Amino acid sequence: MVQAMTSSTDESLYSTVPDADGRFGVYGGKFVAETLMSALRELEELYVRLAADADFRRELDADLAHYVGRPSPLYEATRWSDTIGGARIYLKREDLNHTGAHKVNNTVGQALLAKHMGKRRVIAETGAGQHGVATATIAARLGLQCQVFMGEEDVRRQALNVYRMKLLGAEVIPVTSGSRTLKDAMNEAMRDWVTNVDDTFYIIGTVAGPHPYPMLVRDFQCVIGREARAQSLERCGRLPDALVACVGGGSNAIGLFHPFLKDDSVAMYGVEAGGYGVATNQHAAPLTAGTPGVLHGNRTYLMQDTDGQIMHTHSVSAGLDYPGVGPEHAWLKDIGRVHYVVANDDEALAAFHTLTKVEGIMPALESSHALAYAGKLAATMSPEQFIVVNLSGRGDKDIHTVAQIDGIEF
Amino acid sequence: MSRIAGCFTRLAEAGQTALIPYVVAGDPGPEVTVELMHRLVAEGADILELGVPFSDPMSEGPVIQLAHERALAHGVSLRDAIGMVRRFREQDDSTPVLLMGYANPVEHMGYAAFADAASAAGVDALLTVDIPPEEAEPVNRELQRAGMDNIFLVAPTTPTERIARIAERASGFLYYVSLKGVTGAGHLDTAEVAERIALMRQHSSLPVAVGFGIKDAATARAVAAVADGVVVGSALIQAMATALEQGGDHAAAMDAATGLLAEIRRGVSAAAS
Repeated sequence: MVQAMTSSTDESLYSTVPDADGRFGVYGGKFVAETLMSALRELEELYVRLAADADFRRELDADLAHYVGRPSPLYEATRWSDTIGGARIYLKREDLNHTGAHKVNNTVGQALLAKHMGKRRVIAETGAGQHGVATATIAARLGLQCQVFMGEEDVRRQALNVYRMKLLGAEVIPVTSGSRTLKDAMNEAMRDWVTNVDDTFYIIGTVAGPHPYPMLVRDFQCVIGREARAQSLERCGRLPDALVACVGGGSNAIGLFHPFLKDDSVAMYGVEAGGYGVATNQHAAPLTAGTPGVLHGNRTYLMQDTDGQIMHTHSVSAGLDYPGVGPEHAWLKDIGRVHYVVANDDEALAAFHTLTKVEGIMPALESSHALAYAGKLAATMSPEQFIVVNLSGRGDKDIHTVAQIDGIEF
Repeated sequence: MSRIAGCFTRLAEAGQTALIPYVVAGDPGPEVTVELMHRLVAEGADILELGVPFSDPMSEGPVIQLAHERALAHGVSLRDAIGMVRRFREQDDSTPVLLMGYANPVEHMGYAAFADAASAAGVDALLTVDIPPEEAEPVNRELQRAGMDNIFLVAPTTPTERIARIAERASGFLYYVSLKGVTGAGHLDTAEVAERIALMRQHSSLPVAVGFGIKDAATARAVAAVADGVVVGSALIQAMATALEQGGDHAAAMDAATGLLAEIRRGVSAAAS
């Protein structure tokens, strides 16, 4: 994982971010209350030291191989590609990881940091519950106390994952403030951390939050892109023509993109949640329709009103239902390296059904946004070209949501 | 000399500690705030701290979170808060007023535009909870240009060498967060506060005000014995919320807040004698 940061000899643009202050251009930084500044510094120092430590890397690699089940396959979706008739589509199968999504790549890494810091308690925020489950899972394995903050609205919508976390020994704390969703869960996790900073490690689930989180979560997720790059070379003898990944906070996307940033021939598309359509304001697409601001410890693109208040978001996928985005994505948008686009709820749902029926793979609704855009993109390309899509999670957790939309009750 | 510096100088000469109530602009309703500010001054407030409503007040406990939500339900914005100070200044040109809030509304308005509007309205200082010294240079530049003070937090977790660095950038006073936690938490350790303030005084000549966890005359008195200023927020806001829950109107809510402030004033003044 951390080789991306430590073994890079290339002094190009992409290996110089974040800078020592945690900034990606004008984005990122450490916008938190003074009480947390020491804890962030301590975390940064420990991480930089461990990232260069061969024993730590071995420990992490062993977990990724034997606990998570890496490497994940790169699968050619032949029938789906044939139907489209354009570029070949390969799926990076993060859905096959233990716990069913890319989230665990990061929680395994951060839990090891917590262990090295001697923290006995971990906390996490969660929206759909995937990061909460991944955190509860690794806490169970390491014998750490675990509390997960989850908006009351999401607790109701995601009852199955709530029970899953309880089975794993975690306590799920419903958050009743604000809009009662992911952003409020993150507020509450920060409040807990500021209160229990001495004995608690906060496992942030995406490439947002204050420095060093956007950097270290990225580094832990880069295993996706490193594998995909090697697998592409091995299978196709060359790099892909395009990469596609969904972007909520953006951790699965940065994990896929980052190891390819220096490869100019590889186009990249980050797909945000268009909800009911960007024109309706009922979406979760800050890079497409937002403006820069400060939230949850970093400067980035946000969905905000004219007074600088954070707006409510909408997406059929709870995991993308967040008004901000990782600061590195904000920077990659501004410098033009990655194209940020949207897929609406209905397009994502259609892609969910298509992949399930044509390939026998049920994707998470989050990942379905990436699939929806990849399908459109492939149609504009030739069969000699190929696209890698990050299939960031499996769709079992979304069966209830899809059934409800289809008017089916159990 | 700024209104804040003048206030602390005058109080120090009189052997008194500054009492600094915190209320949220627009809580419980936008029409209440200016009158409430005047009444708090009448009951012994030396400096007023006006909270700017924000959708995601990450450092606040439940009491002040709800105050932000009530104010936002009335659509109260940073511009509205500045407007309230302007109206307050029509009758009170001497009591210092500082705005306390979060980075995003200020950043969205623009640091320069904010500093111009706020100083023209008679705002004396800004405290942004989530702009630590590392991120403060751009806003500091504009506040200094407009002649405003920038208030910084010092926490129980702030290393000693960092205190001096914070103090270099600060003006007006240093705000010591008395506990690890959110506003309104209940585990204030006054002996530890005394120790930390003594340490801060070795690194800064700025006055030190203490906030978070001060809820009644007794805790105010204990803190006033060692600090230059005492901030009370959650207790006042809870008093107003309770009065409203019991069926009281806005006047009853203000009575509850000012009644509690008068008690706390006696505690603070007793510490001086």
